[in-house]
Amino acid sequence: MTGSVTVGVLALQGAFAAHLSILRDLGVEACEVKTNEQLASVDALVIPGGESTTMSMLLVKGDMLDPLRQRVDDGMPVFGTCAGMILCSERIEDGRADQHCLSAIPIVSRRNGYGRQIDSFEAELDVTGLDEPFHGVFIRAPVVDSVGDDVTVLAAVDGQPVLCSHGPVTVASFHPELSGDPRLHRRWLIDAGLLPEGLAEASDETAEVTP
Amino acid sequence: MTDQSHSSQERSTGSPLVKRGLAEMLKGGVIMDVVNPEQARIAEDAGAVAVMALERVPSDIRKEGGVSRMSDPEMIQGIQAVCSIPVMAKARIGHFAEAQILQSLGVDYIDESEVLTPADETHHIDKFAFGVPFVCGATNLGEALRRISEGACMIRSKGEAGTGNVVEAVRHIRSINGDIRKITQADSAELFEWAKQLRAPLPLIQEIAETGELPVPVFCAGGIATPADASLVMQLGAQAVFVGSGIFKSDEPVKMANAIVEAATHYQDPQILAKVSTGLGDAMKGLEMATLETKLAERGW
Repeated sequence: MTGSVTVGVLALQGAFAAHLSILRDLGVEACEVKTNEQLASVDALVIPGGESTTMSMLLVKGDMLDPLRQRVDDGMPVFGTCAGMILCSERIEDGRADQHCLSAIPIVSRRNGYGRQIDSFEAELDVTGLDEPFHGVFIRAPVVDSVGDDVTVLAAVDGQPVLCSHGPVTVASFHPELSGDPRLHRRWLIDAGLLPEGLAEASDETAEVTP
Repeated sequence: MTDQSHSSQERSTGSPLVKRGLAEMLKGGVIMDVVNPEQARIAEDAGAVAVMALERVPSDIRKEGGVSRMSDPEMIQGIQAVCSIPVMAKARIGHFAEAQILQSLGVDYIDESEVLTPADETHHIDKFAFGVPFVCGATNLGEALRRISEGACMIRSKGEAGTGNVVEAVRHIRSINGDIRKITQADSAELFEWAKQLRAPLPLIQEIAETGELPVPVFCAGGIATPADASLVMQLGAQAVFVGSGIFKSDEPVKMANAIVEAATHYQDPQILAKVSTGLGDAMKGLEMATLETKLAERGW
């Protein structure tokens, strides 16, 4: 990958600031996406946690739904977390009748599947390809009810998938942006060809600025 | 797929990260006061990120007077039944029994609120004792930090509820964020004086000096009545807004609710704000501060 890459974070509502700060810590150019103009200017998109019904409505009000679907169909890398995972799904259970999804990954999500806030939890996750467990923060989290054949399940809680990937699209039912651990963002960027693999684990050897 | 065959994974609930996490998810959104399931549906249809279930909106509490208490559980459950977004509810300041009841109902956030009549004139609720997160009001940084030290996971600047007048909300959010800015300029010796002046725990003052922000999200409440009001307080640093009487006391609640939701997202874009502010009918009538008999913001210590 040559030239500079810009990663957008859908910033209609929710925990977008936390994603921006993780991406910038990884040395990636990152910006908020609230309009179609901003969407057109990014190479990849993070869809953050927040209220999925609110985000769906704001996508419609801003005439962003079709352009976003088009970008997804064209293969734009997407990382959806919690509400973002719901939006990326092929089908939503327990959503609103007017709620839209992007079919970025063939999974079915059940909104608030783990229950109300009092049931929100933290858990150590064994993630395929990571040496150490990842600390998962689940907030009124959605449950993955079913996954398509070609979806890779990278982590699960009690047998239910919580981290899935499908080509350039990764989705998590938890909040990697809240645990201060950039490994899943980095991995998504590398898988999508947006970050050279050599940079992995290298925060203290920024090759190009060494005198 | 590698071996994921843990029989049952260790889960921890009610931790600070989980409690603050929900506030993170509400950022950039609008939390609307509702008094019945019909209003809750309107709020959700308009794109609210959460609703606050209460018996009377603040402007009616002001008008009717009397002691204001936690809502009837039946009414809260009625709202939970029609809402898929988070449902918050209010407990009186210091009334931990009301808070216990609200937690047992499964509300997603408890607001220990000055809008209700205080139950304790000295003590706020020990919020660490609960698995459900709390939001508390504050008029200045010291009050905010005292609430955080008691376990609040979200602060909302108080403003003056039920007035439709944004002047107090502006005063409070400016006071909180202004003092945070000053603390980031203070040297380490001056931090002790700040802690004394604000009657706030030193470690929290030191943390702010380091990070330049409160350790929990700061939202704004009390007097927001138009999309422009929402934009104003968010440009002053509020990360989301609570709208109480401002929606259902306006001429056209559906339009007003939709417009304020868009304003919270596009608060920095005057063109979009102009568009959403058009044709909303009259906002709630509103009150001048000088005419108020009771200032709700003065409740809380």
